[in-house]
Formats: sequence, C-alpha cells, structure tokens
Amino acid sequence: MSDFAVELRDVVKTFKTPEGTFINAVDHVNMQIKHGEFFSMLGSSGCGKTTSLRMVAGFEWPTEGEVYIEGQAQGHKPPFQRPVNTVFQNYALFQHLTVYQNVAFGLEMQKAPANEIKERVGRMLEMVQLNGMERRYPRQLSGGQQQRVALARALVKLPNVLLLDEPLGALDLKLRKEMQLELKAIQQKVGITFIYVTHDQEEALTMSDRIAVMSKGKVLQVGTPVEIYERPNCKFVADFIGTSNFLEGTVKSLEGDKAEVFVPALNAEVKGLVSGAVTVGSQAAISIRPEKIRLADKAALSQNCFEGRIVSSVYIGSDTHLIVEVNGLRLKVWEQNKISSLDPRAYYTVGQPVWLTLFPENTLIMAGE
Amino acid sequence: MLKRLRENKSAQGTLLITPTLIFMVGLLIIPLILTLIISFGKRSADGNVIYTFGLHNYIRILGISHDCPAGQTTCLDPLYVQILWRSISLAFNSTVLVILLAYPLAYFIARSHPSRRNTFLFLVLVPLWTNFVIRVYAWMMLLRTQGLINSVLGWLAGLLGIQFVPFEMLYTPGAVLVGMVYEFLPFMILPIYTSLEKIDNSLYEAAADLGANPFRTFLRVTLPLSMPGVVAGTVLVFVPVMGTFVVSDLLGGKQIILVGNLIQRQFLDARDPTFGSAASLILMVMTLIVMYFYTRKFGFGEEIVAA
Repeated sequence: MSDFAVELRDVVKTFKTPEGTFINAVDHVNMQIKHGEFFSMLGSSGCGKTTSLRMVAGFEWPTEGEVYIEGQAQGHKPPFQRPVNTVFQNYALFQHLTVYQNVAFGLEMQKAPANEIKERVGRMLEMVQLNGMERRYPRQLSGGQQQRVALARALVKLPNVLLLDEPLGALDLKLRKEMQLELKAIQQKVGITFIYVTHDQEEALTMSDRIAVMSKGKVLQVGTPVEIYERPNCKFVADFIGTSNFLEGTVKSLEGDKAEVFVPALNAEVKGLVSGAVTVGSQAAISIRPEKIRLADKAALSQNCFEGRIVSSVYIGSDTHLIVEVNGLRLKVWEQNKISSLDPRAYYTVGQPVWLTLFPENTLIMAGE
Repeated sequence: MLKRLRENKSAQGTLLITPTLIFMVGLLIIPLILTLIISFGKRSADGNVIYTFGLHNYIRILGISHDCPAGQTTCLDPLYVQILWRSISLAFNSTVLVILLAYPLAYFIARSHPSRRNTFLFLVLVPLWTNFVIRVYAWMMLLRTQGLINSVLGWLAGLLGIQFVPFEMLYTPGAVLVGMVYEFLPFMILPIYTSLEKIDNSLYEAAADLGANPFRTFLRVTLPLSMPGVVAGTVLVFVPVMGTFVVSDLLGGKQIILVGNLIQRQFLDARDPTFGSAASLILMVMTLIVMYFYTRKFGFGEEIVAA
C-alpha cells in the first residue's frame, strides 16, 4: 500500500481563454491525501479546485506534473480505467434508467455477476435510505433523493477514492446540513477516501479531516479545520475562513513564535503570535477574530489595549455583533450573550466608550499583502 | 366579457384552438370525407364522377381483376400490390439509410464547439433554399449517361488508358433511393441533433467515470437518450417518402412507379378520380398502420414522462 491515496505532484493545468491567452487554472499544485481521509478543497469559484478534482477523475489531464492514485502515476489514463468514482454537482443521473439501473450501471460495466449486482445495489440503496424507490425514475425523486442516488451509484463500485464536486450545492440549507452529517457518517462507515470540493467554508469545516484552501490555482494552506481557522498562514485564508479584523503594520521584533508589530493607525506596537512567515522589518497583517476580542471598562493589559467607542450594536440572539471604533479604525467584536437579561444596560449600546483587549495569544501575525 | 374570459380556462382553450380547428376541418377533414365518398364512385366516360356505392376500386387495387384472358371471369393482377409493396420497402430503405447518414453527422454537430454548431446547422439547411424539383433535376444532371459522374469517371479512365463504358444510373431503383435520401436527410439530422444536443456533457463523464468505454457509453447512454430524435426524424422522413412522386417520376422514369405516381396519374392522365381517391386512402391507411406499430414500440419521440 502506498503512503497516500491520492497525490498531486507539481500539477499544472493550462487552459486557453476565448481571447487566445493562456491561463493556469491549476498552478503547480502539490497535495497529499491520506487513506480514509475526508479531504476538502475549498475556495471560491475559479480557484482551481474543480479542475484539480477533474484531473484526479481523469476528465482532464495535467499540462505538467503528475497525479498519483495509490502510488500509480495516472498519466493520460481515461476515467473508466481509474479506481475512483465521482459524485457530480448536478448529479448527472441517467434519466432513461430507473434508480436501480442507475446504481447498477457501474457494476454492469465491470461485468459483475447478476446476483452480486442485485445484492450490492440493494445494500447500497438501503444505506442511502432509498429502498423501495428502485423502480422510480430520477425525475420522480426530490433533489435530496437524487443526490443519494448519485452517491449510491458512485459508492457501489467501492472505489479507492470517492470524488465529490459540490454535491450539496443544489440543496436547500436544512437538507444540506442533514446531508453533511450523513455524508460524514457514510464516509466513516465505508472507510473510503473522500475528496470533497466546495466553496462553502462551513461545509468544509463541518465535514473535513483536512482542508486545502485554494486561490487562483494555488494551494495556500493545508490543515485540519482547527489549524485553518486558528492559525491561518496568510491574510487570504484568515479572510476567507470565518470573519476577521485586519490591522496593517511593520514587524519590529521577532522571537520564536512571538512578534511585535508597529501599527501606524493605532500608533502602537501590537504583540502577537506568528501564524504565517514574517521577517523583521517586513510588512505584516494582524488578524484577530471578532469573538476573540475582549471588551472591558478599563485596560486589562499594559500593551494590546485600546480605548474605543461602540458605533453599532446588533443583537442576534446568541451573540451581539458590535462595531467598535478605535482611532478611526473600525473593528468587529462579537460578544456572546452569556447572561439572560431583559435589562438594556446588560448590553453594549451605541456611543458607549469601551476598552478593547487583543490578547497576544489570539492576535495572529502573518505576511501582509 | 374580457374579464369572464380571463377567469374561464376552458373558454380560453377553445379560443386558442379555434383558428386551427376551422383550418383543419375545412381543409383536411371535409376533403378526406369527400375523397372517401368519391372512392366508392365510378368514372364516367368523360372522366367525371358517378356517385354510387361500390368497393370496386379497392378490389381493383388488391388485384382482383375482370380484365382477364379469354375463358376467365376473374383473375389476379398483382400490379397495384406490387406498387404498394415497392413504396413501403423504398420508404423503409430510405429511412434506414437516412438514419445511418444523419446520426453521425448530427452527433458531430452536437459535439462540436458551440460557436460552430450554428454554422453547421446552417449548411445542413442551405439545400432547402432551392426548390425541391430543381434539386431532383440536379441529380438527373449528375446521374445521366452523359452526366457529370460518368464524365469524370470517363476522363479518369482516359488518363489511365482504360476503356470506359458509362454506367446506367438514371431511371434505376438506386437513383430513386439516392434522391429520396438526399431530399429528406435534413429532416432526420435536425431532430437527432436536437436530442443529442440536450444530453449534458456530465452524463458522458458519469458513464466514463462508472467504467464505460466510449463504445458502451454510446450504446447505454447516448443512443437511448437520442431515441426521441430518431423517432421524430423517422416520422418526418418515412411519411413523405411514402407519398412523394416527384423523385420517382424524375429519377425513376417509367420503370419505378410508386403509390404517389399511381395517384398522380389517376387524377391527371387516366382521369379516374375515383380510383385515385381509393389509392390515396389506401396509402394513408398503410402509413398510419406502419406509424402505429412504430410509435407503439418506440413512443412518439417524447421525453420519458413521469408516471
């Protein structure tokens, strides 16, 4: 058994644009996906995540570099010779075939014996809770049911790797949440490596063991959901995943994983944790999550504390979303409503002066743009 | 008045179909009934219709004749049955040939780059801008003994120093078949193209992904999903080939007589509208029977409808 289920080594995919210029949709991408892993490629549209997935499936071939599946270089192998199966974004179900025939299609292509096909299709339909629907046609099913057929059709072949291209994109929010948990449960049950493409960060955080954040054809960071959220390695990742406040400055000192950055807008040095590579004297971005800023009546620390004023307060139930102005900078602060109170004085109000504390362990320093 | 119409769905429906209904009743149903009545009549000496009720015209088509050699009162004359059979088999052969030619072309157009598809479709339609009869005449020019094809072949043979006897191509069954295929090809290409074009590319990818090679993808996915187009095209080709007389008249000469020619001659040359009417109705019934069995097997070319 090879070390990785799927590996992309220095993969480039160049497309010709309608204007006749060339563009690298995937630009020197390296990825190593472990066996049994739920791996997500996350990025906005045009970041190269779908093209990367299609190169693993065999629908596209790399312009440069190589895709390995189970240690085997795939070269220009067509899709029907690769040990992977795909769940398509629009499901791509065969409208002229019944649910049963759709799921049996792949097994028929590999010429499995009839009784084996029957048994495996039956078991698979049970797993995706579609038993009893065998004789229906895809258009007689709801979106969620069609999604399950697509999943069953790909999974029934027991591929080494299952590729999923935004499979939940067409479902409504509630169903999507349900299917997220169900997909994760199915993945754990069958133990197959899943490569999941999505633009929905919450979906990626919910389901993935590891996430690759992509932008403009490049992989910016690969890590667990916690690593991606708590230690983004660049401003793009910090901005793309969740919400963040950014301050710009120059690195003054660097000691191990701690650094001090002079922020002109605050006319102060801010201490923080190095999250992405920086050097002394370089431009840096400071990222701090709105829920990690502490508000108080007075300064809690000798450094990293700033006086400001509430300029906006929105109560949303579990939290209150505030905007605090400090030296003309506006910072988002989310206060959890931990006390059940009807008294308006229990909440921050617009115009109220307040002290912000940016704890150094929550203040992340990374390369600026 | 208008307000009531807005609320009354069935009145809206009636209003919408009325113009077509008037047209169809006036120009199709009534003439058909007249044809039926005439077909039971007799031809008078001066070529008019004597309205009687008799099945003699139908009996004559089926080949039971009273115009027999001496000593017999009735005998079998298979002339008209032969014509009917020739028409059906020619329509069948033409349709099969048209499908075989049209399908790959439609597939090519449907799979070509979207920006080029319109150009190709345009080229398919260009011949239809010329009059039907003129296009058949063009084939006469090509197929004649001194026509273009024989001239080119003769010239080539001359270059190679081979003795060349021109092919007799015009006024053969083959010439009629070629003419039919040529005339009706676009009517097969367009519906097949339409149904192929509707097949999402992801379905081909899904089939490949599930282990189907291109050949099996074609058999299991492409062909079944494009059948509605093939069925629609077949109806559009088979039915007119059954009835047309221009192609067989010009390219088949006196030798290749189809039902269409028979009907035309009864009305114009033989001046027997009663026999012509009977032949017309037989043609219609025959076409309906073939189409009935065909559509029962393959559907009307509609999508797979939810039950």
